[in-house]
Amino acid sequence: MNEPADIDQAQTADALPPARRERGWDAVWRELKKAPWTAKLGLVLILGYVFVAVFAPVLTPYGESEIVGRQFEPWGGQFLLGTDNLGRDMVTRLIYGARNTIGIAFLTTCLAFLIGGVGGILAAVLGRWMDQLLSRVVDILMAIPQLIFALLLLTIFGTSIPVLIIIIAVLDSTRVFRLARAVGANVAVMDFVEAARVRGEGIGWITIREVLPNIMAPLSAEFGLRFCFVFLTIAALSFLGLGIQPPTADWGSMVRDNATLITYGDITPLLPAAAIAMLTIAVNFVVDWFLHKTSGLRDEY
Amino acid sequence: MSTNGKNNTGNEVLLEMRGLWIEGQVEDDWQEIVKGIDVTLRRGEVLGLIGESGAGKSTIGLAAMAFARPGCRISGGTIVFDGVDLMAASEYKKRSVRGVRIAYVAQSAAAAFNPAHQLIDQFVESPVQHGIKSRSVAEADAKDLYKQLLLPDPDNIGYRYPHQVSGGQLQRAMTAMAMACQPDLIVFDEPTTALDVTTQIEVLATIRDIVDQFNTGAIYITHDLAVVAQMADRIMVLRYGELVEEADTRTIMSDPRADYTKTLWAVRSFRKTAAQQQDPTPLVTVDHVTAAYGDIPVLHDISFEIHAGLTVAVVGESGSGKSTAARVITGLLPPKEGRVLFRDEELPGNYWKRSKDQLRHAQMIYQMPDTAINPRQRIRDIIGRPLTFYLGLRGKELDQRIRALLEMIELDPSQFIERYPAELSGGQKQRICIARALAAEPDFIICDEVTSALDQLVAEEILKLLDRLQQELNLGYMFITHDLATVRAIADEVVVMLQGEIVEQGSKDEIFTPPHHEYTELLLSSVPEMDPDWLDRVLQQRKEKDVKASAQMS
Repeated sequence: MNEPADIDQAQTADALPPARRERGWDAVWRELKKAPWTAKLGLVLILGYVFVAVFAPVLTPYGESEIVGRQFEPWGGQFLLGTDNLGRDMVTRLIYGARNTIGIAFLTTCLAFLIGGVGGILAAVLGRWMDQLLSRVVDILMAIPQLIFALLLLTIFGTSIPVLIIIIAVLDSTRVFRLARAVGANVAVMDFVEAARVRGEGIGWITIREVLPNIMAPLSAEFGLRFCFVFLTIAALSFLGLGIQPPTADWGSMVRDNATLITYGDITPLLPAAAIAMLTIAVNFVVDWFLHKTSGLRDEY
Repeated sequence: MSTNGKNNTGNEVLLEMRGLWIEGQVEDDWQEIVKGIDVTLRRGEVLGLIGESGAGKSTIGLAAMAFARPGCRISGGTIVFDGVDLMAASEYKKRSVRGVRIAYVAQSAAAAFNPAHQLIDQFVESPVQHGIKSRSVAEADAKDLYKQLLLPDPDNIGYRYPHQVSGGQLQRAMTAMAMACQPDLIVFDEPTTALDVTTQIEVLATIRDIVDQFNTGAIYITHDLAVVAQMADRIMVLRYGELVEEADTRTIMSDPRADYTKTLWAVRSFRKTAAQQQDPTPLVTVDHVTAAYGDIPVLHDISFEIHAGLTVAVVGESGSGKSTAARVITGLLPPKEGRVLFRDEELPGNYWKRSKDQLRHAQMIYQMPDTAINPRQRIRDIIGRPLTFYLGLRGKELDQRIRALLEMIELDPSQFIERYPAELSGGQKQRICIARALAAEPDFIICDEVTSALDQLVAEEILKLLDRLQQELNLGYMFITHDLATVRAIADEVVVMLQGEIVEQGSKDEIFTPPHHEYTELLLSSVPEMDPDWLDRVLQQRKEKDVKASAQMS
């Protein structure tokens, strides 16, 4: 249909800069090597937590809710970190706690992103009454303080794990909705979305194939932060006795169960709190780095 | 009055840059953007920098203030401004020169003004900050300058906010702001590129007057040859950060030496081969359409036809409703009254009520190729989607068709098919947009300012490509543009629009031969020509006409 001469001509006048073509794992690895030490530390810590959570049954000397000794045994000897208020091994409980708390928080965050992300993009793409409806519902949900609202709903619906996950996910999805709607609205007005609409594409294609890939960066940064908040909410609810129920090990309720020891100057009850704090900081280190990368900020300015 | 005279050459040297090297950061490496350029500028002289995007024009302009954009650094050379070595000067010293003795006028005044402050507050900021004038003196100066720049109501316009004045007025207010400290040197970075031709001519005239009057040196950066011919005493042609040719304006315009300069000069020589109307039934008919955004009317009773194999150019300044007409045809904006016909069959007003086939027949190519294709999709997916969506192609068949389309738009399939848009240049992206439109196998394509975001050489190639495709596939084009040079190159028929109404329509020859409608006349006479005396001539003609008109009035 055309001669190669045409191709040459097109490229000389409109010269292409030599593109660096590097993708997939190579690119990820290169970025990782350039990451600041805080991000590297954060990543190592997160991987450590995940490892412990996944291999909990192998790593623990006793069963999750097995009573193996007397109440409040001291550190050392048979029990590395002593026993709790019912005589269960503290190390075992801490490790299982990682599995339960992180697992539930992760599931909840995923669900919150599914609800909030899809809702936010739909509001941005469809606009008009759909946007009004979803945004006002979200406003109403956000008007009530989150922890109090969660306590109320848990009292009404009972405190099983699925109910806990759904309630926190719905309450947290409001924040995700706001973000997804704001960044999605910027993408939804671009010409390529208009081109897709005029092509006759359905709302599903526009949401998932056109808009979503372009807002993945802020959403995944938000995922890390949201995970921390969900994690803290669950711990707080458990501490108050409305979260994960005994005998399932959970860091929030472990603090409460062993709180009396504080009176005797023993720091054992603070160990689960320290585990929570460390994971939160690690996640934030990684999110900071990720945000910095995706926002295109430069160090010198 | 003209700055084109050579009466300034005897003056002292104002700015001298020797062996200027500037590097820009690309990921981890430093790449050279400007490669050993020498610039000498005398007091009262206007130097034109011309070249395609990426030639390093703006970077050199900023370097005159010893400033490099974030991510860039000046890596070599000397910059001496009025006897002061700026490269060796302290940051404090540089700051006292910038804005006071050297001013900068940016391409987009709308983006350069702070929308939250009144114009006059932004005017007085730099003289007051630098302690040159008191606020009241600066305000009085501002009003004087507004008057000289022929802004309406000069005593009060300063108290408006940027969004309350038009684009041309804003650009003039920006020029006034640059003059606030009576600088010795002003860098104009494409000051009229974002303006309509009718507004551009006013801004050009005022810039020239002001430079003349204050004997200010100026660096004028542009990619538009015709404009630089009016403004500059001397022209430097740049490419890839290197000097191609330098000479005074009249010499370089009449006798370019370098091959690259000659190709630049030859741009806009393209003319499409005249086509004949073969089919009496129009492809698309816009029939007495009236449309509005909410309560704001945009189109009043518009009618025109587009035939297969022919190009209808819709011309007008921004806000004239040309893009809105396209939105009505594509169904993005349902008309209030009137209808749109496709081959004598009425199309539903709203696009989601149209059938897949109706949507397929009319495709669109957008102004900004950067935003018109999804940056997260590969070229394969961008071109492949309409093929799958409309024609149900899959697998091997799909792959072959994508490759054929890439060949049709003169891009090598094996090299481009797996790339992301970010790995393409502007012109290549626009080609991809064309391929995406062609993939739907349409009869009719709307081209919305498709060349205005591109360099002239690239734009010309896109026009040639569109013309070739039209002949091969017998496509009907609706070509929206504000650039009359483009109209001359590609149109068969022309529709001139003003404030939502059609003021004149007819074949290209009819429109371009007198007598013209008053507005068409204004548009035509505002298009800059390569002749360095063009601006003087037009201004003179307009003045005479005004005198005549007022004489008739009285």
